[in-house]
Formats: sequence, structure tokens, C-alpha cells
Amino acid sequence: MKRIITATVNNRSGVLNRITGLLQKRHFNIESISVGRTEVEGISKMTFVVDVEDNQKLEQVTKQLNKQIEVLKVSDITDKAIVARELALIKVMSSGQLRSEIQGIIEPFRASVIDVSKDSLSIQVTGKPDKIEALIDLLRPYGIKELARTGVTAFQRGQQPQQSELTSFSLLN
Amino acid sequence: MVKTEAKPDTSTGNKTKTGADLLVESLINENVTTIFGYPGGAVLPIYDALYRAKGSFDHILNRHEQGAIHAAEGYARVSGKPGVVIATSGPGATNLVTGIADAMMDSLPLVIFTGQVARGVIGTDAFQESDVMGITTPITKHNYQVQDVRDLPRTVKEAFHIASTGRPGPVVVDIPKDISANPVEGTFDTDFHLPGYQPTTKPNPLQLKKLAEALAKAKKPVVLAGAGVLMGKASEELRSLVEHYQLPVTTTLLGLGSFPGNHKLSLGMAGMHGTYAANTAIYECDLLINIGARFDDRLTGNLEKFAPDATVAHIDIDPAEIGKNVTTHIPIVADSKVALTMLGDHIKEAPQHKEWLNRLYDNKIQYPLWYNTPDEEMVPQWLIEEVYNVTGGNAIITTDVGQHQMWAAQYYAFDQPNRWVTSGGLGTMGFGFPAALGAQLAKPNDTVVAVVGDGGFQMTLQELSILQERQLPVKVLIVNNGALGMVRQWQESFYEQRYSESLLDVQPDFVKLAEAYGIKGMKIEKQTDLVNALPDLFEYDGPVVVDCRVLQQENVYPMIAPGKGINEMIGVKR
Ligand SMILES: Cc1ncc(C[n+]2csc(CCOP(=O)(O)OP(=O)(O)O)c2C)c(N)n1
Ligand SMILES: [Mg+2]
Repeated sequence: MKRIITATVNNRSGVLNRITGLLQKRHFNIESISVGRTEVEGISKMTFVVDVEDNQKLEQVTKQLNKQIEVLKVSDITDKAIVARELALIKVMSSGQLRSEIQGIIEPFRASVIDVSKDSLSIQVTGKPDKIEALIDLLRPYGIKELARTGVTAFQRGQQPQQSELTSFSLLN
Repeated sequence: MVKTEAKPDTSTGNKTKTGADLLVESLINENVTTIFGYPGGAVLPIYDALYRAKGSFDHILNRHEQGAIHAAEGYARVSGKPGVVIATSGPGATNLVTGIADAMMDSLPLVIFTGQVARGVIGTDAFQESDVMGITTPITKHNYQVQDVRDLPRTVKEAFHIASTGRPGPVVVDIPKDISANPVEGTFDTDFHLPGYQPTTKPNPLQLKKLAEALAKAKKPVVLAGAGVLMGKASEELRSLVEHYQLPVTTTLLGLGSFPGNHKLSLGMAGMHGTYAANTAIYECDLLINIGARFDDRLTGNLEKFAPDATVAHIDIDPAEIGKNVTTHIPIVADSKVALTMLGDHIKEAPQHKEWLNRLYDNKIQYPLWYNTPDEEMVPQWLIEEVYNVTGGNAIITTDVGQHQMWAAQYYAFDQPNRWVTSGGLGTMGFGFPAALGAQLAKPNDTVVAVVGDGGFQMTLQELSILQERQLPVKVLIVNNGALGMVRQWQESFYEQRYSESLLDVQPDFVKLAEAYGIKGMKIEKQTDLVNALPDLFEYDGPVVVDCRVLQQENVYPMIAPGKGINEMIGVKR
């Protein structure tokens, strides 16, 4: 199952290495990691999309992350009300006559063309991973020359629905 | 641009303080008295500062960095204080790697200072540069590279705090040469705040209540005591609790001594080479109370057959250990001492389990550890029993890794805490002997015996120099079976006796070797000779190396073969 986990960390040298190393050493499957600064100086936020077999593995991932001294907080936000976004840059083959066709495809995705050359078109799209997946699928027949994705970054919405059945588990006891 | 190393300012004599002096001051503030280390280019400023602070520390110049770090581990294990190690950059640091990994696995508090090339040349493959941060990240509780000398005192303070609190572990502080060499002025703030590191020591009362209720209902309870009991200094609390409720206790390899081995309620060690009584108790129990053990695979065997009918309670200071290997019904994140003390207050009703106890006591008598005694030749199990008898069970025993380690664990009934020093998680050959000299330095008045194999002793025997230099009265007993015995045993049992590279046909003359280091050496081949020699040997107030020739064909039994369950022991006395 795929889960979205965020970690706030001290922005010190070696933190990224420590965290990716631990995920690798314990054979946790990581689909994506994104890292960036936050509103607080010296604090960064990491967003992981992990693919784990079961709850026991998931609990291990969060506990192992939490155990790191530079990690301040770990949250599994998969079942929370969240906003999650990813950015992708897609370069497709396109000669003159296909351009408008591609334009028509990307428009509903609110993607934009950010670079044009003689035989290619570069498109920028942001959104949830499945939306990006869908656009990539649609563009594939045209021939994708290059693709770069940032991985998901996410946080919780300002307001959380009042529901008690949210699956969450505490790290302590 | 040509980058050059910052030149240390040596012209000013001892008038100007350097980063290295700050380090020395910090070590004094941490009450460090013993340092295990080895000098080299990148730590020259540090060694110069140590020279200026002569008299503040006892610096042990081990003869290999691996010797230094294992000695620091032995020191930490018996004293409970962090072991302190200094090594130079590059090869000095990489020689520490085995010991760092060992300390990480066995949760030993170490603070390790490594020299690093000057900041200006880091990343240029400078002479003796190695990526110490990269190399040690996966095998440390935490690591630092000091980037600004003003951070140094605080970093040292943090390092000691992290190494010795919560679940202890090794912390590396990598210090670029220019940081230790350059002059500094002023005093620096050492207050630290670690919001990401707040170990939980107090248990959740609700979980304690659940455990108390489970205990009241239990018909077949058993306690598994691990190293967490020792680390938490909770042996007394454990004892009074289990005596009060008459709970049987088994320990892990590293938990030996957390509960008296000769106590009526003791079932002995559990696991791969544990006792029948202990393993059967775990297999059949309906309530397993694990205190500070991490359910290592050498303990559990096949997980499907481990305590299959039990409610599992697990008290551990490291939340990540709970539920990692064994499904846990009552998780209790806490310091063992606090948890055991509070648990007593929660128990309202004692379990009724007389029948169970009688059955376990019966197992202890019916299926004890066993070995055959020949007429004259020595067998290793007997040898350990003799050592136990002569030392009155009061010695500190360190071991290397292999058959002799398991025999020491089985036959030296550890009645007191912190007298057992062994490499459990990593199983590091070469650990036992240097660990003994560290233990002896921590406890100068105690009898320290290094029980080592003929194979493993040869991995770190250069440390004999330290015995000579310090006249440390360590007794080194080489359990000499002319083989890498544990490998030989597995080849006998699981590889149809194909003894591939496991027989040591050619060996040094260990007596002469000891003598070459100015140490008394002895060779003993017969039971009677050992019986005659042992009392004098322990009377003698100096180091001794004893080459004990034992029968090669002895195997460690009973045993849970790899992949088998805790209920499927072989080699149990019938
Ligand atoms: C550094 C290291 N290398 C290899 C091993 C694998 N190993 C485990 S026990 C053993 C044999 C040890 O022989 P010896 O020291 O003579 O002890 P014995 O088993 O004979 O008592 C070996 C090679 C190890 N544990 N550590
Ligand atoms: Mg041997």
C-alpha cells in the first residue's frame, strides 16, 4: 500500500544522507522523496511516498524515521485531509502540425507549454500524482523525449473533518 | 585555486588556546578519565593539547584502532560510562568501523573523536581523507562533523548526552584539523536543545494496567530479561518483582547477569544455545514479558514458532524495537527501572501458576546442560565450570566469538550484573581480548578473565603490549581447539563434515608469544594440570596468557538449527 509520510527535520548537513540511508538499509520501498525549506529557518520538510506491505512495516518506517535525532516530527498523512502536489516536466516530440493537437490535450490538465523547439515541446504540469500519470499516458503516443518529476510534496488542509475513524497510530505506546 | 591546509600556530607556545584545548576542556567537563586512542596527522593538534593537559587523563595507546574501540566497549559495558576513543583521519577512522558497528548493535555508549583533513581540502581526496560521516552514518546513533570551532564544546556535550541516554549507542565527532589547530578566544555556549531527541522514560499507565491484568490471568507467565535491564540498572527491581510474584526468568545472551543465574526462578539463557527449560517455557507460555530485549533472531529462531500462544508484553526504551520482529500486544515504551518500579504498584492480583512453575523446575532438573567428561583431556565446558568455581563466580568475563563464547555463556552462571562482556549482535571476532583490558581499566580491583578462541585471539593480540605496559592483571584463557570451532561445528552438522578452511593446523607458540611481550605464559593440556594451576593463576597479581588445549570435537549443544523453532532443539540430554 502506498502511504504519504512527512518529516520535519533540522536542516543540517548529513540529514538527507542519514534518512535515505536508513530507508535503504531497512529495505523500505520509496517511490519519491521531496525536500525543501519551511517557514521556520533551519527546518526542512521531507515528503515520502512509500510502498509498504502492511501496517507493521509502515509502523517501522515511521518509528525508524522518528528515532533519528535530527528528525523532529513524523506524520503519516495519507488518511488526513491533505493537499498533495507534484510537478512534472515533459518533453514530447512534436512537429508543427501536432502542436495544436497537444495543446488540446494538455489544456484540461491546466498544464502549460514552457519551451518550444523545432521538433519538441516542453510541458509543465502540477497536480496530484494520478493526474500527472494520466497526462503522461496521454502524451506517450507522441513520443516522450524526456521526463522529470519532483515527487510529491504535501501538507494537511487547514481544516480536518471531524471523524474519529482516521487510522492513526501513536509512536509512543 | 590551490587550496592549502591551514598551518597550525605552534609559535605561541601554550599561551594561545586552540580548538583542541577546547576539546580537552570539554572532556574534563564530562568527567572523562580514560581515553583509548591512536595518534596521526589529523589529530596531532589534539594530541598536543592532551600533552599540555598531562595528568588529566589516562590515555591508553592501544596498538591498533580496533583494539582501542573494543577496549572502550569493554570499559563502557562494565562501568556504565561512555567509552572515549580518538583516532586519526582516513585509516585511523576506518579501522574503527568494526567497533562502531559492534557498539551500535549492542547499544554501548561510546563517544568517538576522529580527525579529519582541514576544512579547506575536504572533498579533494586529500591525503588520509575519508568520508567518515558517510561511512559511519548507518552505524552510529548520531554523528557530527564540526564546521565551526564555536560549536565544538556544545557538540561534545551533545555527543555525550546522546551516547549515554535513552538507548545508548556510539556517537562520532569528526573534527577537521584546522578546527583543532587554530587558536580560539573566549568561551562558548554549551547549552543545547534537542527537540528531536526526547527519550520516553515513563511508561504509559494504561499499558501497565493492561500488563497487570494480563499477569493476573496468566497461567503460564515467563519473563525474558535483556540487556535493557542492565542498561537501566534495574536488576534489583526485576528481582524483587519476580520473587514477589514467583515469575520464572530467562535471559538473552546479553541479558546474562541481569538476574542471578543460580536463582531458583532462573531458567538460564534462551535462544539458539539456550537451555531446554528456557526455550520450552517461551514456547509454551501464555504471557511473555520481555524487558529490554530486541527479539533478535538468534533468540527467537523461526518466528512462527516463537511463543505462539502468548500475549506478548514488551518494555523497551526504544519504541522502534517494539513490534519490529514479534507482534506485541502490550507495548510499553519506558526505562526498565521506572517501568518495573511502577508495574509493582499496578499489580492487584497475583497469577496462580504453581503447576507451571513445577513443570519448569522439573524441566531444569530433567534436561540440564550436559557434556561428556573424558578421563584426562580437557573439554571446554568443564574448563569454564572450573573457572567459575575458582573465581567464586565473581570474575568479569569477556569473550570473543565462537564456541567458547557460548560455553562461557552456558557454564559461567552470572549472578551479578555487568560482569559479562561479549559481542552479541555483530558477533565480532577480535572483540574479547581488547574488551578485557578496557574492563580491567574500569574495574582495577576486579578479576577479569578473557575467554578467547585460538582463532579470534589472533585477530587483536597486538594489545598484549598494553597488558605488559600497564601490568593489567587480565587472565587470558585461550580455549584452544585448534579450529575455528563454531565454523567447524556447522560444517560438521550442516555441510557433511567438509571442513573447509576451519582447521588451524599451524599456530604460534602462545607461551613464547606471551613471553615475547614480557607476560607470563602457560600451556595446559590435562585436567589435573588445570586444577593445580588455576588457584595460583588467580592469586598471581599480573597478566597471564594460558593456552588451554581442549578436545577439538566438542560441539555446542543444545541447539536450535537455523530455520527451526524454539521448540525444536537438538542435542538435549534425554
Ligand atoms: C571478524 C569475524 N570474522 C569471521 C567470523 C565468523 N566466525 C564466527 S565463529 C568463528 C570461529 C572462531 O574460532 P575461534 O576464535 O577459535 O573460537 P571457537 O569457535 O573455536 O571457540 C568464525 C570464523 C566472525 N564472527 N567474526
Ligand atoms: Mg578455536
